[in-house]
Amino acid sequence: MADIAASPGPAALDRVRRDYLAHARQRRLYSGLLLALFVALMIVGFQIAEGRNAGGFRSGLPQILDFPANVVSEAWRDRAQLPGHMLRVLPALVETVNIAAVSTLIGALAGLILSLFATRGLAPAPWLIPVVRRLSDFLRAVPEIVVALVLIYILGGGPVPAMIAIALHTAGAMTKLFSEVAENADLKPVEGLQSVGARWSQRMMLGVLPQVAPNYLSYAVLRFEINVRASAILGFVGAGGIGYELRNAMTFGIGRFDEAAAIFVLLFLTIVVFDQGSSWLRNRLVAGGHP
Amino acid sequence: MTGTALTDRHRAALAQIRRKRAMSLAVPALVMAYLVYVFFAFDVAGLAQRARMDNARALVADSYSHKVHVTRDARSGALDVAIEGETKGRYPSGARPAWVAADDDGKVTIDLEQGHVVRFLPEGRVDYDVPGFGTIEIRRDGRDIATNLGPNPPAWVSASDSRVAITTEAGRLTVTRSKDEVFRYFFGWELFWFTLDSPYHGKSFWQIAFGPQIDPVRRNLDGAWADFWGNAMWRHADVAWAIGETVLMAFLGTFGAAVIALPVAFLAARNFAPFALLRFAIRRVCDFIRGVDGLVWTIILSRAFGPGPLTGALAILVTDVGGFGKTFSEALENVDNKQIEGVRSTGAGAVQRYRFGVIPQVTPVLLSQVLYLFEANTRSATIIGAITGGGIGLFLTQAIQTQKDWEEVTYYIVLVVIMVMLMDWLSGMVRRRLITGGKG
Repeated sequence: MADIAASPGPAALDRVRRDYLAHARQRRLYSGLLLALFVALMIVGFQIAEGRNAGGFRSGLPQILDFPANVVSEAWRDRAQLPGHMLRVLPALVETVNIAAVSTLIGALAGLILSLFATRGLAPAPWLIPVVRRLSDFLRAVPEIVVALVLIYILGGGPVPAMIAIALHTAGAMTKLFSEVAENADLKPVEGLQSVGARWSQRMMLGVLPQVAPNYLSYAVLRFEINVRASAILGFVGAGGIGYELRNAMTFGIGRFDEAAAIFVLLFLTIVVFDQGSSWLRNRLVAGGHP
Repeated sequence: MTGTALTDRHRAALAQIRRKRAMSLAVPALVMAYLVYVFFAFDVAGLAQRARMDNARALVADSYSHKVHVTRDARSGALDVAIEGETKGRYPSGARPAWVAADDDGKVTIDLEQGHVVRFLPEGRVDYDVPGFGTIEIRRDGRDIATNLGPNPPAWVSASDSRVAITTEAGRLTVTRSKDEVFRYFFGWELFWFTLDSPYHGKSFWQIAFGPQIDPVRRNLDGAWADFWGNAMWRHADVAWAIGETVLMAFLGTFGAAVIALPVAFLAARNFAPFALLRFAIRRVCDFIRGVDGLVWTIILSRAFGPGPLTGALAILVTDVGGFGKTFSEALENVDNKQIEGVRSTGAGAVQRYRFGVIPQVTPVLLSQVLYLFEANTRSATIIGAITGGGIGLFLTQAIQTQKDWEEVTYYIVLVVIMVMLMDWLSGMVRRRLITGGKG
């Protein structure tokens, strides 16, 4: 501001103002055009999607509450049986949580090792970095459902295909997130350890892991929460657990939705518990609590 | 420092080391114990027996190669040559491949190369020349099928009264009561460019692009494109639509959710919320939406709107409104008040304060979250599509459920991976520009 005020004469000031206004107008035009393009894309996209859908948006909108209303009314009618249903599907719920837990565990461990190979300054060989990064990209890009369905064909239904599918995806995602954390790790302890002749594994265990452990754990906990949801969805396409029970309950049709209602409630409670628990734990981990 | 204080310190330090040592043993031990429990809970041991390794082999072989069936009906003697045994891949009788030769007296010679030759002979007899072994003769005795191998055939032959199957490295011969069938395997995906009824089948790219006109009524490139795009076996046009639908679901869902969640987030952020009660209510609604989970929303919405991409888009939208409502309001709670006060000091009203004080601060953060989720949602849209019946997810599940078109499954997987990687790259690029060059 001082420069402009001290500049010689009002002519220069005018020019600056003119340039500024022109610049602002141009920017406004660009943002306006971008916004218009976005709105147009949304409208056209919506129309295409509606055109290729079985039911239209307007005809479906009034029916949106029919199914929840059915489920709630039937659940209310058979409310005495709900605890029984819940108890019956509890093993399936445990299976779903187990799938999520094991795949998070295995995926995070694999991600931990791969992330060290994918980080500049830590990798034992530089040529490994791009290789491991592309591998992680690939693992993240393959949707879990693809791996799960192919493995169901080979291994038969059950929890193991879902577990492997989620673990592979978790390994890819964790490699990326972990190596972003590890990139910011302080290399001084590593160099110190190297100077006393520590092996690569010792340098990583003693020099890097203690620095990154809180962040790694926090990411792993978040991933666990995501994986509980993923494991429920994979169950729905045939990989066991509560999703599978839900699909079976859905096929019973109207009049038998009380069981579906019990599963909905159980699934809801589980997800809320893990959601809240994971954000509490993550806050503690990152806010400098004791890992 | 007195001696006792030092001893206390020393003891505390030792205790800490002991605790850490115990932790470093206990945590792996707990993990191991859990894994052992899961090993039994998931019945991993029984999996080895249930695993169908023959399925795995068929899947892997099918994903990079294809087979051509040569079939003779035992009753009528009619010969049929078809790729993968499908009607769409049947060779017209005048245009059989050169390795299948039929002469006038009912003899068919099938050259499997490397010296392997199968001959379909009259009166239901079949010969197979296996190099280094000799000729296997198969004949029909009434209803039974007999071979010249005696009671102990080699391991690669399975023979019974009703069925003889010979599997070699060159191919496979099966003789049953109703038909004789030879499979010959070829590398690559069959008919990927053109089906057999297209005049461009078997022509090279140079012939089509620069050679003389092949189809009298169509220019080469136009005709080739039309035949490729309309390929009945691979349905390239439909697959492209399906990929488009999947991206569309992710786009409509993610950005629609962001548009809805933005005003909601203002009502739910501590520093902007006009009423504490409303803020509390909105927070709980967002928690509820996230708790119900995408799977259940997908089921509810597909009941109302039927299968299709709109249902998938709405399912993503509803789920993400909950997620964005939470993360957006957290971002809004972290805005810097100085900028807003600066705008207020110029006499700006509430709307102007938001427009010039808040939006410029949060836009990069929010857009970065939206773009990150857009990429993740292209993947989710594949799964949601499999449930609601839209997009590439539907194609994938259908192809997997037929359990034989693994080359199509491979094709779809490759396309999905390319699609997700492109989205990843795109959203990463835009996000980097927002963060580093967002000021301009």
